[in-house]
Amino acid sequence: MASEWLSELKAMVGREYGRVYAWDKVNAPMVRQWCEVMGIDNPLYTDEEYAKQTEFDGIVAPPAMLQAWCLEGLHQNNYPQGSTDENPYGALKLIEEQGYPAVVAVNSELSFDRYITMGEKLYYVTKLTEVGDEKTTALGTGFFVTLVMTFFSEKTSEATGDDEKVGELLFRVFKFKPHQQPEKNSAPAEVPVIKRPKPGISDDTRFFWEGCEAKELRIQHCKTCDELQHPPAPVCMHCQSFELDYQVVSGSGELYSFVVMHYPEVPPFDYPNPIGLIQLDEGVRVPAGLVGVDNKNDLKIGQRVQVEFQTFDEELTLPMFRIIDSNAQARS
Amino acid sequence: MDKSLSGRAAIAGLGATEFSKNSGRTELRLAMEATLAALQDAGIDPSEVDGFSSYSVDKVPEYEIARLLGCNNVKFFSQIPHGGGAACAPILHAAMAVATGVAKTVVVYRAMNERSWYRFGSGDYGFANTPTFENVNYGWYMPHGFHTPAAWVGMFAQRYMHTYGATSEDFGRVAVAARDFAATNPEAFFYEKPITLEDHQNSRWVCEPLHLLDCCQESDGAVAMVITSAERAKDLKQKPVVIKAGSQGIAQGQQIMTSFYRDDITGLPEMGVVAKELYAQSGLGPDAFQTAVIYDHFTPFVLTQLEEFGFAPRGEARNYVMDGHHARGGTLPINTHGGQLGEAYIHGMNGVAEAVRQVRGSAINQVDDVENVLVTAGTGVPTSGLILSAA
Repeated sequence: MASEWLSELKAMVGREYGRVYAWDKVNAPMVRQWCEVMGIDNPLYTDEEYAKQTEFDGIVAPPAMLQAWCLEGLHQNNYPQGSTDENPYGALKLIEEQGYPAVVAVNSELSFDRYITMGEKLYYVTKLTEVGDEKTTALGTGFFVTLVMTFFSEKTSEATGDDEKVGELLFRVFKFKPHQQPEKNSAPAEVPVIKRPKPGISDDTRFFWEGCEAKELRIQHCKTCDELQHPPAPVCMHCQSFELDYQVVSGSGELYSFVVMHYPEVPPFDYPNPIGLIQLDEGVRVPAGLVGVDNKNDLKIGQRVQVEFQTFDEELTLPMFRIIDSNAQARS
Repeated sequence: MDKSLSGRAAIAGLGATEFSKNSGRTELRLAMEATLAALQDAGIDPSEVDGFSSYSVDKVPEYEIARLLGCNNVKFFSQIPHGGGAACAPILHAAMAVATGVAKTVVVYRAMNERSWYRFGSGDYGFANTPTFENVNYGWYMPHGFHTPAAWVGMFAQRYMHTYGATSEDFGRVAVAARDFAATNPEAFFYEKPITLEDHQNSRWVCEPLHLLDCCQESDGAVAMVITSAERAKDLKQKPVVIKAGSQGIAQGQQIMTSFYRDDITGLPEMGVVAKELYAQSGLGPDAFQTAVIYDHFTPFVLTQLEEFGFAPRGEARNYVMDGHHARGGTLPINTHGGQLGEAYIHGMNGVAEAVRQVRGSAINQVDDVENVLVTAGTGVPTSGLILSAA
C-alpha cells in the first residue's frame, strides 16, 4: 500500500536525534584558516589587539562558521566520542526505497543567537521538522524534507544552569524522482554564464545609457519649459514639446522608498537585494540598486545617497546608489 | 431615452472550472468548460452568442471559442489590456455592447494555466532587446533585479507605511480575514487553512516590506459569464445581476506597476478615477454596499483601495481593518470567497464571480440582504471596477 510507507514517513516528523560534538574547542588558529580560505579580512576575527578594543573584548568566531565546528573532518562519519550514531537522514532512505533516487539541497538557513568566543565547546542536536506532501518541481517529483540542527555551547564546570543555545541551521533537501530526460551527448555541456538582463534601449532613452558608460547621470530636460523628466520619453510630459536634451545631474539625492528583495532568487543577482527609489536633488526619481548596505535594517526613508556607476559582465554599466549618511529624518 | 449605462445590462450566467495549481488540460479546454457552463447556467443556446470580451495575458482567442460554439454572427469582440487591471472591464465592454444594441449575448471569459505554464512571480519575463515600449520601459528595472510584482508593490507600500504609520500587521489583517473566508469555502485552495496574525508575521520575506502571506497565490482555472440586456435577463433561469456601473481608469503618471514618478505614491489615483465614475453612474456612495470584492494580489493595495472608494479617509484604512470592518461579521466584509490570497488567483475574474453569487444569494459565505456589491480589478496598473446590483 502506497499510503503505508507514507504514514510511516509522516510519523517520523518531530523525531529528535542525539548530540554531535565538536572535535575541538572554538579556537583562533581554526578561525584564522577559515577566514583565509573564505577571503574574509575582518580584524574582529583575527586581530587580537584590534578585537580587544571592541565591545567584544577579544576575537570572536565568524557566525557563519557555526556548522564548521561540529563537522566530522577528513574521514566520513568520524565523530568525537559521545556523539550519537543515529542517522537523521533515515527519512531520506525511506523515501529512496520507494523509487526517489535523487537528492538536492534546497535551503540552508543559519540563524545566530550570539557571537561565539574562543574556548567554547559546541555540540548540536537534530530534529526532523517537516516532510512535505509529494510535489512536482522543474527537477522531478518528490518530497521536501526539513531538518533543524540546534547548536549549543556546553556550560563550563564552574557555571550553573543549562547549556546555552547559540544558533540554528535549517537544512532542507528535495528527495526526488528526476523527470525522464532525453539521451544526452557525451560531451559535457557548457555551463552558460548568466548575465544581468540588458535594458531595451530606444532612440528616446539611448542618451541615458550612453551616459552610464561615461559615468554621467543624464536626466532628460525640456528646452521649451525647462522641466526635467525621468524616465525619458519622446516628448515632454509637462508641455508636449519635442525639443528635448539632457542635463548631467549631481547624482545626489535621498531615499524616497526602498524594498529588500529575497525571493525568488534569480541569478545572477545577490540576495537579499536592496533596491531604492531615489529622489534626486534636481527633483526627479530614479529606481536603482543600492550598494554598500551592511545591514538592511538600517535603511531608512530620507537617507542621503550618491550615485556610483558599476559595470557588470564587462558590458553593462548601471547607476547604483550608496547610502552616504545614516540620517533617518525624511526631509519631505 | 435614458442614455446612461446603469442598469441596462445584466449578468445572466456564470460558469467556472475548478481552481488548481495544475489543471492538467489546455487553456482552450478550460475556456470552453467555463463558457459552456455559463451558457447552461443562463439557459442560453451557444449559437446565440454574438459577442466576446476578455483581457490580456489570456491567450485563448475568441474566434476559436466562437468556432467551437458554432457562432455565425459575432458582431462584437474585445480584448482589454493590462492583465488583472482589466478584470472588471470585459463586463463593462459587454454591457456597453448590449446597451447600444451592437450585441445581444456576450460571453466574457478568462482561462489560464498561469501556475503550471507561466508564473508571473518568477522574475523572468522573456525580456528582450527589441525596442518596443515595454521592453524599453522594463529596462529601468530588470537590470537591477527589480523584477517582481511583489517588489514593485513593496516600493509603494514602504512609502505608504512611512507616510501614514501603517505597519506590516495592518497588511496582515487583510490576509487573516481573507484566509478566514477561504477556510469555509470548499472551492478555495486554502479551504480549512486559516491563519493568524502571528503566522503572517512569521512568514518569510518575499520582498521587504512584504511577507509571503501578503502575496496572493498563483493558480490555474477559468471563469466565464454571459451578459445580456437587463430586460431579457428577467425571463431567464437565474436571478439577474444588474450591471449598475462600470469604469476603467488611468490617471496622472500611469505606468504598469511602476508609477513611481508621481508626485505622491501613497494612493492609487487610477482607482480614484474608477470610484468617481462608478459613484456618478450609479448615484450610490460608500454606504450603499453590503459587501465588496477588493482586488488582493498584494495586501497593501487593499488598504489604498478602501481609501480611494471613501470607506476610510486617506491613510486611515489601517484603523478600518484594525476595527475588523472588512472581516467576517464586519460592516463591509470583503472578499468573502477568500480573495486571491485565499481562493485562487484567476486574475480577478473569480472576484467578479463572487460578487455575482453575493447578489444572487448563493455565496458560500453569504452576506445578508445584499443589494449592491463593489468589485475592483488589479491595482498598480490601468484598472477597472464594477457595481453589481439586485434588479
